[in-house]
Formats: sequence, structure tokens, C-alpha cells
Amino acid sequence: MSTLKAQIQNICPQAAFSHEDTDTLHAEVSPKELAGLFKHLKTDKTFLFDYMEDLIGMDFGEKLGVIYRFYSTENKQRIVLICQAESREKPELPSATPWWGIANFYEREVYDFFGIIFIGHPDMRRLFLRNDWVGYPLRKDYDASPEINPVRLDAEPMDDIAPSYSEKDGKIEEEDNLRFQKDEYVVNIGPQHPATHGVLHFQVSLEGETVKKVDVHCGYIHRGIEKMCESLTYPQTIGYTDRLDYLSAHQNRHALCACIEEAMGLEIPRRAQYIRALMDELSRIQSHLLMYACYCMDLGALTPFFYAFRDREKILNIFEDSGAGRLIQNYYVIGGVSRDLHPDFVKKTAEFIKYLPTVLPEYHKVFTGNVIFQQRSKGIGILTREQAISNGVTGPAARASGWACDLRKHQPYSVYDEVEFNEIIRTGGDCFDRYMVRMDEIHESIAIIDQLLAKLPEGDYCAKTKPVIKLPEGRYFKSVETARGEFGVFIESRGEKYPWRLKFHPPCLPLVSVVDLLTRGGKIADLISIGASLDYVVPDIDR
Amino acid sequence: MEIKKPKIKGLPYNEFKDNEYIEELRRNGVGVIVGVLDELINWGRSNSVWPLTFATSCCGIEFMSIGAARYDFARFGFEVTRASPRQADVIMVAGTIVTKMAPVLLRLYEQMADPKYVVAVGNCAISGGPFTNSYHVVQGVDKILPVDVFIPGCPTRPEALLYGMMQLQRKIKLEHFFGEVNKKEPKSHQMPAIYPGEEPVFAEKYKQHPILANAAQNRPQADTKQAETKAE
Repeated sequence: MSTLKAQIQNICPQAAFSHEDTDTLHAEVSPKELAGLFKHLKTDKTFLFDYMEDLIGMDFGEKLGVIYRFYSTENKQRIVLICQAESREKPELPSATPWWGIANFYEREVYDFFGIIFIGHPDMRRLFLRNDWVGYPLRKDYDASPEINPVRLDAEPMDDIAPSYSEKDGKIEEEDNLRFQKDEYVVNIGPQHPATHGVLHFQVSLEGETVKKVDVHCGYIHRGIEKMCESLTYPQTIGYTDRLDYLSAHQNRHALCACIEEAMGLEIPRRAQYIRALMDELSRIQSHLLMYACYCMDLGALTPFFYAFRDREKILNIFEDSGAGRLIQNYYVIGGVSRDLHPDFVKKTAEFIKYLPTVLPEYHKVFTGNVIFQQRSKGIGILTREQAISNGVTGPAARASGWACDLRKHQPYSVYDEVEFNEIIRTGGDCFDRYMVRMDEIHESIAIIDQLLAKLPEGDYCAKTKPVIKLPEGRYFKSVETARGEFGVFIESRGEKYPWRLKFHPPCLPLVSVVDLLTRGGKIADLISIGASLDYVVPDIDR
Repeated sequence: MEIKKPKIKGLPYNEFKDNEYIEELRRNGVGVIVGVLDELINWGRSNSVWPLTFATSCCGIEFMSIGAARYDFARFGFEVTRASPRQADVIMVAGTIVTKMAPVLLRLYEQMADPKYVVAVGNCAISGGPFTNSYHVVQGVDKILPVDVFIPGCPTRPEALLYGMMQLQRKIKLEHFFGEVNKKEPKSHQMPAIYPGEEPVFAEKYKQHPILANAAQNRPQADTKQAETKAE
């Protein structure tokens, strides 16, 4: 920790440090020093911060800025950088895109919400909102009146010009880059297309059948959850997490509840922790089953869809019994869970985990061995380990590329350190491996559930909390492993009952950011297979 | 005039009856031959409602659930989900509609062939639901499209979805196909700007910003405009 501080002080003499007693150092640097620091952070042997965990846009009140979270997979250390732009009228910061692939999308998001211009970014367009949107919604002084931004029923103006900004002799110059050349053949896929898994829009440039470039347009389901959370109390905000990635509803809620509990210093009962882990694993299984159903359906096989949904309904029944909903469960609360488990829960779950391994061979028989599937998935859309880390891809997609990133194993939360399971890792990085990692994870989840059921303690299911929850001032971050990767929650509290800023780190945004990388040079039909194997959920991307 | 009680499988008549809207549909009587033909055609139409595979968020998963074995909407004739709006009879607006999606949704609706129906699935489609205070959410799909059936729930349960679809069947069964449903839609819901000669409501806006695969094609026009202004 102290060496890290000394090294950063070497590069940025004016940096201010905090949180020195914790395992994550916070450093505040000025925009001028930041550009030079990026290079050192990525390449210096002592740093090697190759994974950008999150890039959080912030309205600090007087100034705008960003908070970077970096992690080094080599040295297993973490650092938080805080940087405030100098002026509020024309906020400018150096871009991190040359060093981290995912910075491209994150910086576009920050530009969209806060209007911070990143110097050196190749494509400074809005990511979520319409091109003709007025204002930057997550600024504290944003005027949300519907007169300024009415619901427009005219089509969104889509220009082929993407602006970028560069610094020359101390002056910021704007450049116009052409996204597609004039003679390029561009096909629009989406926003309404069955293979995009929701409302996502791809502009695909084709050369015959070969994909030359894919431009992703997000925001067709951007609901502004983060802005809404700023005017809600903490217990009110947890309702929105379920509606981000609705297939990992339990896990998303787990992240936010755990973050708030950690900030409050609240110890939750053992039974509640076990219940949470059990529900998390059950929802992981149902999410993977749904991925199996959708992948098969996208490639034209309909029978597996019925198989997977038949077994998925059994899990939803178990959720329902314990007083939770079917798809969106609203089960966890701050301090534990809202109701105790149904008396039949243990029996039914035990029956289910006995039943599922008997049908999984059937799944593989009907689909995995199929020649068409093998040819459309093996060697298609290869993501290397370095690309996965640089683009922030986590979860099963990253583990298929050989990156051991399972948070349940490497940063155990809840009771995951008390159970034994294998982290499924494959090294091919193609669609087939991504598919197989998920199918094998079902077995591991079954093993975890089996152990948890045997150990399930008696006792309280919820800790008592105050009626009004106020978090002490500070910044809190907590992440959990959802079915799609690392889902993080960042809270900046200023001691009130509302969060000053609440940011969700979606696992699906990095997944969709690599679509361009994976499909280039492949056939257009591979786009469908790649999209299905990445298994992104669009409302999670857009928030 | 007493009108024959329509029969819908699995729905008691009393439950079916309690809707004021039905009075409106029954207001005018029809001739015997046309009436019988209506009934025949509506029997066929109501039992082969083809939905568009359109879903934006959570409710879409429940929409998939009713397609699967347990709830099985094939029993009611909804199983032929279409990916193209040109082949669909009903659009199930499953999920939140945001400002950016609104023009796309309208376009999808306009691409569907008449007679067409809209089902608002879930609280988000009805009123904006939990996101109603957001800066980017349309507060109910009925602000954009004429909705036939609202199905509440967050997300709607599959049973509710099936019930809602049965309500739509019931509506279809009572419509007068001849002379009413197969008539032209009001102008505001016609395909804008594609057909020359007509002037629909949104035509001007579509002309201004057409969705083109490659907007570079637009640029020469802009250049000529500039050239004109220079010439002046």
C-alpha cells in the first residue's frame, strides 16, 4: 500500500491520498497529470492495472469529474482514482481509450450523462440518449421539464459523423470522423429484431457476407434509474435492481443490499446469508437455463426451448413459495430477506437438485452434439484473455477465455467461502466455450445448493433496522457475481437518507462492447451466434 | 335486439359481460347475412391472433413463458409469433417504452396490416410503472398508440397475460368485420411519408430525418442547399 502511494507520488507529485488504512488506496489527481498516469498504470511492472472495473461519472457539487476503479489481475491490487474537471461549463478530461478497451463505452456514457468531453476519444457521441437530447441528465442542475425534451415521434437523426477532440498546442480541436464510408453497405439490425435479445440496434457494415464493422446503438430501454435513485430513500432504491438484469434479480439486489449493509455496519443473521446464497444460486441456474433456451432458439432449434422452460418453471415455483415473485422476486431487504423460507422449501429444492442432473444429459443430447451447432459455435467469435480483461468482460464469457474472475471464489462474499465448488474455466474463448461454461456452472450451482441446504441454520431471517436509514458520509462499492458477470454498486453518501450518487456497474455493457471486436471478419450469421453466446440482457446495459 | 352470447373457452359469461366497452361495440345492429359472415370471420380471426415478437424488458420473459409448455398459448391460437410486423395482428407492448424507443414503436405499429391490435403488458406500458418519474420514460403507451387491452402487473403473471389475450379475443369476436374493422384507419395512423401524394401527420418529420442505413447519402443534399444559398 505504502509503495503504491510512493510510486504514484513519483508520477503525480500533487496527488492527494485517502483511505490509506483500507486495502484500496484512493488518489485524487488533477486532469493534467492524469493522461501521463494512465500509461504508467497500464504498463509499469509494479502497477499493471489491466482491468478497469468501473468508470463512474460524478457531479461533485461544484465540479464535474470521474472516479476510476482499476484492478490488477497480476498483482491483485486495486486503486481508485478521482479526477475533477477544471471548469463546469466546458469539462474536459483525458481519455483512457488507448489503454483500456472498455473506456470507449464508459466515457461515452459519462459524456452522455454529464457532458464531460474526453480528449483523445475516437468517437464522442452519446451512448444512450437521442442525438438531439438537450442537457445532461445526471448533472445536479439538470432541468427535467418535459417541455425541453418532449417525447418526440420523429425518427432520431442519425449522422455518419462521429466527433472527436484532440489537443494541439494547448488548444482543443474538434474533428469529424466518418463512421462509415460512402460506398459501404450498411445493414441495420434492430432495434426490433428477435436475435438481438431485446431492443438493441446494430449497424453492420458488410462486404458480401463478411462483417467489416459493427456499430452498437444502446439506449432503447434507458430508464434513468440512477437519476431516479438520487431522490429515493435507500429502502426504495432496492426495488429497481430487480429490473436491471431481471434474470439475475436476486443477485443484483444482493449487491445493493450488501453495499448498504456494509456502509451501515449492519451484521445480517446467518440464516439470511444462507437464504441469499441459496436464492442466488437458484437464479443462476434459471438464468443459464434461459440462456440455453435462447441460444438454441436463435440457431433454429425449438425443442430445447421447451425443455429449458419446463425446468425453469420449477425454480420459479420455489421462488414463489417463499413469498417472492415469479420473475422479479422483491425478496431481499436491507438486513436480510423479507420473509422466512416456505416450510416446503428445503424439500422442494432438494427434489429439484436431484432432478436436474438427470435431465441435463438430455439437453446435451438434443443440442450440444448437433453438427450444425458445433459448426456455428466452435472457433467462432474468439475472445482472448487479454481482450476480455481490457474490455472488462467478466462472468462466464471471461471464464471461457481463461480468465479466472469468479468473485465467489476470489473475493468471497456472503457464505461462499464456506462451500466448496470448482470455478469453471475454459481456454478456447469461442462461442462453444462460453456456452459450455454456463452449462457446467449449472452443476457447480447444484453442488453449492446441496451444501447450503445441509448447513442451513435456524434463526432470524432479518436483522432489525431503523425506520429511516442514513448512511455515513463516504463512498461505498460492492460487487457480486451474477449470472452474467460482475455486478457492482457504487454509492456516494453525504450523510442523508438519499444517496448523492448511486451507480450500477452492469455486467452486460462490456459484453455488448466486444460485439464489434468478435464479429469483425466473420460472417453475418455468426453475429447471431456470438450475440446469443454472450448472453447480454439489454435493460441491464441501458439501466 | 338481443345479441347472441359469444362463447369463449374457459371464460364464464358473467366475467365476460362486465365491461362497459362492450355496449359500445353492440350499439348498432347488423344485417343477417353480414352478421353471420362477421361471426364466421371473427371466429377465425379471434382464434389465430398472431403476436409480434416485441419485448423491451422483463415482461418479455413472461411473454416467452406463456409460449412454453406450462402455459402454452397455442391453446388459444396465439402461438405463431412473428418477427415481422407486416405479418402480425397484435403488438404486445411488453416492457417500458422510453423516449428513444417511441418513434420506433410507432413505426412498427404503422407497418402492421389492418386490422391490428395493441396490448399494453405490464405497469410500464400502462403508465410508466415504477419509472414514471424518469426523464426518459413515456408515461403509458396509450400516449402513442390506441391500446385495446391493458394487462397490469410488474411483471404480469402468465395467467394475467393469457386472460388479457382472451379479452382481446372477446373484443375481436364482437367487432363488425364488414364495414367497420376492415375500413381504412384514420389518417394519423397511416404509414407516413412512404406513399407520395398523401400528407399524413408525421410526414414532414420523417422527411426531415429519414432512417437511412447510410446517412452519408444525405450529405450531398446538404451541400447543394449550401450551394444554393451561396448562389443567392
